Amino acid sequence: MHELAITESILSIADQAAKENNGTKVTDIYLILGQLSSIVDDSVQFYWDHISLGTVCEGAVLHFERRPAMLRCKSCNHQYPLGEILQTCPNCQSPDVFIEAGEEMLVHHIDILREEP
Amino acid sequence: MSQRVEIVKRIMDSNDRLAQNNQAILDQNHIFGINLMASPGAGKTSFILETIKRLPAEIKLGVIEGDTAPVTIDSDKIAAAGIPAVQINTGGECHLDANMIEMALDELPLEDLNLIMVENVGNLICPAAFQLGTHANILIASIPEGDDKPYKYPNIYRGLDVLILNKIDLTPYIDFRMDYFQQGVEMLNPGLKTFALSAKTGEGFDAWITWLTDKVTTK
Repeated sequence: MHELAITESILSIADQAAKENNGTKVTDIYLILGQLSSIVDDSVQFYWDHISLGTVCEGAVLHFERRPAMLRCKSCNHQYPLGEILQTCPNCQSPDVFIEAGEEMLVHHIDILREEP
Repeated sequence: MSQRVEIVKRIMDSNDRLAQNNQAILDQNHIFGINLMASPGAGKTSFILETIKRLPAEIKLGVIEGDTAPVTIDSDKIAAAGIPAVQINTGGECHLDANMIEMALDELPLEDLNLIMVENVGNLICPAAFQLGTHANILIASIPEGDDKPYKYPNIYRGLDVLILNKIDLTPYIDFRMDYFQQGVEMLNPGLKTFALSAKTGEGFDAWITWLTDKVTTK
């Protein structure tokens, strides 16, 4: 349910980047979201369709690149996905693991249309 | 013409900058700030009230209460204990953010305080994403919630500085595997400082109050 705040932040970042680059319209926004960000794509899209109305970002297509959360075992170096629930290392059963990826929450790049100078 | 613009900016960037600003305000006033998170019913308000009863005289506490509905049940209890309290009604939002804290700080007598506890909205998912500018993120887990919560809600355990395990007086009545719980915590946040206590009986509070007093007085 925190997707409204997240979506407002995405809009603000894209809007600012478009203005700094003399963009007249933002056509595409590329997001990178780690599994641990707990963000639901459909929910962001729902809010986006409303809050982007009347802005330079209206109609922009959101592209979601999901990054799975990955764990690595400190005992045997095995790498495995977090999955639905946290589990000990499936290779050696050690609980001595760390989270290696999956916490990303980024606006990576946008595509804009701009006036010829 | 079409152009690609590289950004690579963290979505939480603007919130995090406001949070840094909040921390600067706290630091200027020599205030130690705590962000208290938990699921609904874990005992956040009871924990704060029991803490208030045991605070040494040199600690001057202020409380920011976050709630999704315009009810002042929690902040009334805090105010009744003689502690300055501000209620934030999030208007249905499931978490507090740095902007709300900035406004709440405006309403507290900062010059008279050296500790602020923020009671976040009861939720194990959303508050984890929003830094508030406090110095310590603390989660209150409780025995009746079950021993599997670190496994199901890994994200909130990741960013913690302290874990409170509340309602330990209920341990005889509930199948709570302490080893299993602690293993999950250790996988997500190795070496996490943990206080097991009961806000009802007061058991375990001495160690918590000692830690808290040390943090506030050395700030």
